[in-house]
Amino acid sequence: MKNKNLYNYILGIADNSLILGQRMGELCGHGPSLETDIACTNISLDLFGQVRSYFQYAAKIAGDGRTEDDIAMLRKEREYKNVLLVEQPNTDFAFTLGRQFLFDVYHLAFLSELQKSSDLTLSAIANKCIKEVSYHERFSSDWVKRLGDGTEESKQKMQDAINSLWTYTDELFHQTEVDKAMVEEGIGVDVTQLKEEYYKKVSQLLEEATLDIPESKWFQKGGKEGIHTEHLGYLLSDLQYMQRTYPNMEW
Amino acid sequence: MTTTEQHIDQILMPILEQVSDPEIPVLSIMDMGVVRSAIIENGIVKVEITPTYSGCPAMDVIGDDIKKALQDAGYKSEIDLILHPAWTTDWITPRGRQALEDYGIAAPLNAEADKEVLLNGKRIVKCTNCGSKNTRLVSQFGSTACKAQFQCADCQEPFDYFKCLK
Ligand SMILES: [Zn+2]
Repeated sequence: MKNKNLYNYILGIADNSLILGQRMGELCGHGPSLETDIACTNISLDLFGQVRSYFQYAAKIAGDGRTEDDIAMLRKEREYKNVLLVEQPNTDFAFTLGRQFLFDVYHLAFLSELQKSSDLTLSAIANKCIKEVSYHERFSSDWVKRLGDGTEESKQKMQDAINSLWTYTDELFHQTEVDKAMVEEGIGVDVTQLKEEYYKKVSQLLEEATLDIPESKWFQKGGKEGIHTEHLGYLLSDLQYMQRTYPNMEW
Repeated sequence: MTTTEQHIDQILMPILEQVSDPEIPVLSIMDMGVVRSAIIENGIVKVEITPTYSGCPAMDVIGDDIKKALQDAGYKSEIDLILHPAWTTDWITPRGRQALEDYGIAAPLNAEADKEVLLNGKRIVKCTNCGSKNTRLVSQFGSTACKAQFQCADCQEPFDYFKCLK
């Protein structure tokens, strides 16, 4: 494949949205209230919409008859490049929204830079997505504050969520070989440059939410290289069920 | 390259105006601003549409509906989905805004006011039922991703507000 780096780079971006979209979609009919249920599934829908734009582009680059659906549904676990953060399960509502918040702050900063990509398709997609993601970030930040600065129980739950998710935040700023090559070509975003601002912004909001900023310096990574936590396999068996059971079925 | 102009062949206008948004049937796709160009080239109508939201499930339907309307009028057509420039609520026409309000969906405010409403709980969105501005945000996401849910504190009517996208 010509442009193999670009193809893999797009997948790296899109897989974050795909897997997080699937996680948020799991709340369909299971949200803690009707409004939050609808909000989470709308975020999921936005993310899936973004994924379609990325995968349609990736399919064009691959140029071997693969479709957006093949790319989404027919890869094996090791071939998904999402960060570990987004595959973590919905243990409770604080955890779900804490995860969303930790990703949204990154996502917004990332898209803001991707708009400047020398690849016009990627910059157009980023320009489109950033408008939606700014609504996501408002929503998740709002909930981190509400639960953090809420009752004793809600505060504890949000604190626990942030504490256990913290270990996955550093990976957002880890560069793969593909990332480096794309930055070199003016196409990719240098994520290492986003790190400082990210932790500043996140810490500010956690303070506002009267939560403690975790001190642990031990960070987990691997997702970007396809080495995932045990949770991704279960998620994929859900996500891929129809295509695996009824190959080539269409809606 | 970043043109926000529309190029619509006037002959096609009446046909396209008949196609409505499948989720908001009172609103024509022209008033929604999703059709960015429609021109006739070698006997084929080429239409470019742009999605309101990336995940908007209405886009595929809109594409099919345009094709069908043009076919009924005797035209072959090709529909292209373009992402750039990205759609903004500023492209909803005044007639479109009125149609939204009549349908029970509050039309988008400007970006500043929108922020005040969605982040700071300011009460300035007008109730589509009684006109009162004594309304409160129930949820930042309504029946679809493009809307937020409100309730009027005077007449108690729940209604959707079309969020500003810029
Ligand atoms: Zn009212």
